[in-house]
Amino acid sequence: MTTTQAPAPAATREAVGPTLIRLQREGHNLIVVDADLGKSTSARKFRDEFPERFFTFGVAEQNMISAAAGFAAMGHTVFATTFAVFAEHAFDQFRMSVAQPNLNVKLIASHGGVSTGEDGASAQSIEDIAVFASVPNASVCIPADVVESEAIIEAAANTPGPFYVRTARPKTPVIYTDGPRFKLGKADMLRDGRDVTIVACGLLVERALRAADQLATEGIDARVLNMATIRPLDVAALETAARDTGAIVVAEEHLTHTGLGAMCAHALATTTPVPMEFVGVERYGESATWSEALEIMGLTPEGIAAAVRKVVARK
Amino acid sequence: MVYGAKSGHIGGSLSSTDLMSVLYTKFLRHDPERPSWHERDRFIMSKGHCTPVQYALLAELGYFPTEELNTFRRKGTRLQGHSILGKPPGVDNTAGALGMGLSFGLGIRLAQRLQGLEDSRVWVLMGDGEQNEGQVWEAAMAAAHHRAEGLFAIIDRNGIQNDDFTKTTMSTEPLDEKYRAFGWTVLSDLDGHDLTTIEQAYRWALDQRSAPVCLIFDTVKGKGVSFMEHNPSFHGAPPSDEEFKVAMAELADA
Repeated sequence: MTTTQAPAPAATREAVGPTLIRLQREGHNLIVVDADLGKSTSARKFRDEFPERFFTFGVAEQNMISAAAGFAAMGHTVFATTFAVFAEHAFDQFRMSVAQPNLNVKLIASHGGVSTGEDGASAQSIEDIAVFASVPNASVCIPADVVESEAIIEAAANTPGPFYVRTARPKTPVIYTDGPRFKLGKADMLRDGRDVTIVACGLLVERALRAADQLATEGIDARVLNMATIRPLDVAALETAARDTGAIVVAEEHLTHTGLGAMCAHALATTTPVPMEFVGVERYGESATWSEALEIMGLTPEGIAAAVRKVVARK
Repeated sequence: MVYGAKSGHIGGSLSSTDLMSVLYTKFLRHDPERPSWHERDRFIMSKGHCTPVQYALLAELGYFPTEELNTFRRKGTRLQGHSILGKPPGVDNTAGALGMGLSFGLGIRLAQRLQGLEDSRVWVLMGDGEQNEGQVWEAAMAAAHHRAEGLFAIIDRNGIQNDDFTKTTMSTEPLDEKYRAFGWTVLSDLDGHDLTTIEQAYRWALDQRSAPVCLIFDTVKGKGVSFMEHNPSFHGAPPSDEEFKVAMAELADA
């Protein structure tokens, strides 16, 4: 194997268990709580090494989140793990037990977005970002690949207060082959451009880069921002992008009217309004493979490129 | 306080007053001089609307000046309508939405055990109307599963919830059998206004080492004020001027 060989695709959820083990070994005071999905979220790996610090609460997410708050009130940094759709089940517990007292609970929710695939609509979270970004003092992040996922989990452990991270089920290409560049609250410019900016998060980042390659052949020079932090949003990077490129497309695996796109539009409306287009989800999904589920919603390089052509024409 | 603020929950505060007074003065390991003492017992006010009784007790015990009680529910106060962790010092949980306190207390209890705090305990006060909340039963199941001895659920069974009597709104009985079936050690039908009974029950709870303990006390909503007792109208409504005068006179005579 040579160092130039591309790393194998991996799921962002795969970083969770190994990263928590590393952080605990490095001296963090972690507790990991689980709601009977430890194998799928990869959190259960932590139990194998630190069984006394791992607690399962069964299929009962509300109790799990309030109990996590209790552990946090006793000085622990608590990672609570489940699927994104079930995390939504415990919104009020995250709001009152965790966020209002500003306790150190990090909700790591896997299987976010329609790319959860075959289980269909009930398992495909398309509202979780709206739900958890609505909590005023919570940080909210979505990693673009497994490398960034590890960096975000570490940032969560090092950032006081409530935190929500959405990871994904499918194995997807590694973008950060030279290591992570994640900084909480900062967009990462993966490609510069003059004509338009594509702001993307999660699995849509790699697809945005492919869209930019295609657009380059058509003479459209697209900037690509990985907006891995949804809250606090990097408003400065958005304003710079609006001034430099004059048009913005936001691409996400979430409802457009309550997700990253809506938040970007809100941020730019008062200072730097420019033509915008939104690539995202408008309705509940259906059973399909993960890539088909994204295609059904138009969350593809072609879908993003089409939105770019449209917004450039409006400049 | 409630009269001065023209809002607040008087009925459920009065039904819990004896339960909380005995707990704070004779059993709870706490220190008003060191409200952040890590090894203290935690009192979790799960029925977070009953702050008037908790604030009054904390002030009497020296956590903050009694004059501050007059700021209850007013702009700028530390004495918020419903419980806020750390505000004022001595309040150990945030509450208001019912049903979360037992889970929060369970997390604290499991952390105490992990940290080797052998003398520390967790006391959670809940209402009987609160038993409607599904999360209570998630917590009851998990506490027994994790053998959370040293976790004490105190139920103030005053028989009334927001709109009406509990038996009319949502029956929760038989509560004792339900907790037993979930794996708890239970004492029920206790007189929640007899100080000796309360004291004996708490002492008995401290001796139970195999499972979490549930103590179910029968209480009188609005206890001590004739026209408030057993009256659903005084769940969340303040007394009028005339009612306030009569109530204060009755309580002074008690």
